[in-house]
Amino acid sequence: MRRLHLGTEGVLAAIIVALCVLLGLTTDTFLTTQNLFDLLNNQSVNMIFAVGLVVVLIAGGIDISFAVAASVVQYVVMTLLIDHMGGGSWLLGIVLSMTVGSLLGLVNAFLIHRFRIVSIIVTIGTFNLYFGLLMVFTGGVSIYDVPDWLYYSVPLIDLPASRGSATLYLPVAVMVAMSLATGFILTRTGFGRAIYGFGSSPEAARRSGVRVGMVHAFAYGWLGLCAGVAGLMQAHIVQEVVPNALIGQELPILAAVVLGGATLGGGRGSVTGALLGVLLLAVVQNGLNLLGVTPYAFRMIVGFIILVAITCSNLDKLLPRRAVSQEANS
Amino acid sequence: MDDIALRAEHVSKIFGQSRVLDDVSFELRRGEVLCLAGENGCGKSTLIKILNGVYTPEAGAAFSFGNADAVSRITPHDARSLGIHVIWQDLALFPHLSVAENIVFDDYVASPFRPLSRRAARQEALAVIERLGVPLDPDSRVEDLSIARRQLVAICRVLRAGARIVFMDEPTASLTRNEVQTLLEITRSLSAQGISIVFVSHRLSEVLAVCQRVTVLRNGALVGTYSTEGMTQTRLSQLMTGRELMLTPRHAACSGDPVLELRDLSRTGEFEDVSLTLHRGEILGLTGLLGAGRTELAHVLFGMNRPTGGELLKNGKPLTLRSNRDAIRNGIAYVSEDRLRLGLVQNQSINMNTAVTVLDELEKPRGFLSPQRLRGLTADWIRRLGTKVSDAELAVSSLSGGNQQRIVLAKWLATKPDVLILDCPTVGVDVGAKAGIFEIIRQLADEGMSIILISDEAGEIWMNSDRVVVLKAGRISRELTPDATTEASLEEIINA
Repeated sequence: MRRLHLGTEGVLAAIIVALCVLLGLTTDTFLTTQNLFDLLNNQSVNMIFAVGLVVVLIAGGIDISFAVAASVVQYVVMTLLIDHMGGGSWLLGIVLSMTVGSLLGLVNAFLIHRFRIVSIIVTIGTFNLYFGLLMVFTGGVSIYDVPDWLYYSVPLIDLPASRGSATLYLPVAVMVAMSLATGFILTRTGFGRAIYGFGSSPEAARRSGVRVGMVHAFAYGWLGLCAGVAGLMQAHIVQEVVPNALIGQELPILAAVVLGGATLGGGRGSVTGALLGVLLLAVVQNGLNLLGVTPYAFRMIVGFIILVAITCSNLDKLLPRRAVSQEANS
Repeated sequence: MDDIALRAEHVSKIFGQSRVLDDVSFELRRGEVLCLAGENGCGKSTLIKILNGVYTPEAGAAFSFGNADAVSRITPHDARSLGIHVIWQDLALFPHLSVAENIVFDDYVASPFRPLSRRAARQEALAVIERLGVPLDPDSRVEDLSIARRQLVAICRVLRAGARIVFMDEPTASLTRNEVQTLLEITRSLSAQGISIVFVSHRLSEVLAVCQRVTVLRNGALVGTYSTEGMTQTRLSQLMTGRELMLTPRHAACSGDPVLELRDLSRTGEFEDVSLTLHRGEILGLTGLLGAGRTELAHVLFGMNRPTGGELLKNGKPLTLRSNRDAIRNGIAYVSEDRLRLGLVQNQSINMNTAVTVLDELEKPRGFLSPQRLRGLTADWIRRLGTKVSDAELAVSSLSGGNQQRIVLAKWLATKPDVLILDCPTVGVDVGAKAGIFEIIRQLADEGMSIILISDEAGEIWMNSDRVVVLKAGRISRELTPDATTEASLEEIINA
């Protein structure tokens, strides 16, 4: 179990590599720079969501409001910038998105911490609240007239490819930056380890003097911040803001993060795992597209992958050998 | 004077209307192993929490450390800087983190924003592990360790934090005998390093083996502090309960009809060729070291696991158990060891907990549950078992350990079994309540119930069984009657 568990990321990476090889052999389009770059470009938004979400899961919580929160951030930030700041700039856009996003996350943290409500209930509440507010205030109308800086894509790496060129865009760099920052906090600071500790045993953490309010505030606030950034990137990619563009993304991303080794019980998970979880599902989807499988099959296959993965990671608990150690534990 | 690590005087604590601690004094010498003894609810935990800075005592208390001036209360900060630590029974560790991280966790809290070096943390943890001389791998995850190892991690953690005074709450409750020995040795080596240790344990034999002195509390008041030299278990339980406990050996001759017969019963990897006969009205003591196959055997007798060989006869007829429901239907009941977690639904009412095994019965004949009959059933059992319950609609978690144990018994007795298997019925139950439970068990046997009593406490087994079967590595190694042996020699046989 331990060998398997310590290697969640390794196992995922191996599966992804195997899939890539398989797809490289069965299609002639998969293993091209163009396709791989597109995969990253398209998944960077989900990955930013995922690295935020994994922090909440490690802290033993859950949040399903982040995707609609990102939509709210898009609207608030665009409205502020266009109507009050003459369009703004990248810097202003990012700072504002982070601020509004983390404020929305802090609302969750406050309700969870102050009123001791279970996180899933709180975020089901804020999920509906945020989305309802968004629809009421926008009347469901999209913003097509986004500022110029947001409209034009920002190429980072441009490689010649068989058809035209393969380009990696700004969102990928932002995703990498967010991942590195999150990873640093989680693994290289005492506070990050305390988040793992809190997720692993809240009572033990409390008795050790961990400031529970801080852990909640950081976890949900950081997810909000990531959601804000992801929202901005999504608006940048599609060059418009549509109120229901992100709703419905929360469960697939949650599934990907759980696939990456996080559990709903807390104390487990990593940034690498979360990224690989998103990547695995993306590769599967991409492969199915290239193989010409109907998109309707995708959900089915994702569900199957998740069930198989979770079952495998639990197999050892079902084996009889554990009986003795269980007795020693009771 | 300077050999006193901690002195507390006139410590009182009032919660609402009740005075939980009444003018208690407490003194701990440097490098001493002291036992804090008393029944559940006597104020031990409250005293520990006051000394640890969790609770504020009533005015008038005085605390002094070595030759420093007395203070009127200990703040959590004081407790930390004086090196006062408590290892609670749940150990308060982080199962998903590594051993090393658990040991250095306090650093994470103290300086949350200092960048970390994994290697430095590992080195520091290793230094503590070596200082304690215990076989711990700093890289393994705590969730993969046994309780005994986890306890060592907890000890390393307080050592690392600079502990001078360590309170250990029921440290031996879930350890095997060998593990207990290791723990007691570690305790002695800590005390040799000048660290004072306060042991809280219900296992009086251990208390007497490791502690130099014992401080006894009863109903929130200090009974006294005694040297363990010349102290006996009987006298100590008298001091704790304030009454003579009726603990005479049972040793009743028994010649009832055979109720349950095991013929060469085996389950691969767990136990082999176990043959024994349980008679009507008999208390059969089943003992042996943890892992000898006692609980595994009980699981088979209760239909939770299938035997791989041999046969089982009930009242002379072969019996095949496919599930524990089969067992219940055939009059076999099993009270598990971990009753507080597995035996009771803590936040449900006393009524529901008692009736849960017989809900089907209570629905007859009309197919829906009759609340009156349910309450009647509970009231009946509460009375028969002498359970102290103010309102049976309250959650079962509101009861003390001993009373919870009675509810578990009631729940199984309600199935009207003729064979009752009790797996370590007194773990975590204090002396007074233990006596109460055995009184009930004996009475049940006298009424004709056949009882298999599983325990690793030789004293309990010797005192309450008509016949003793000792298991060793899955096989019966000895069968004897308590008359033909003494408590001490039974203990030797178990450990041989």
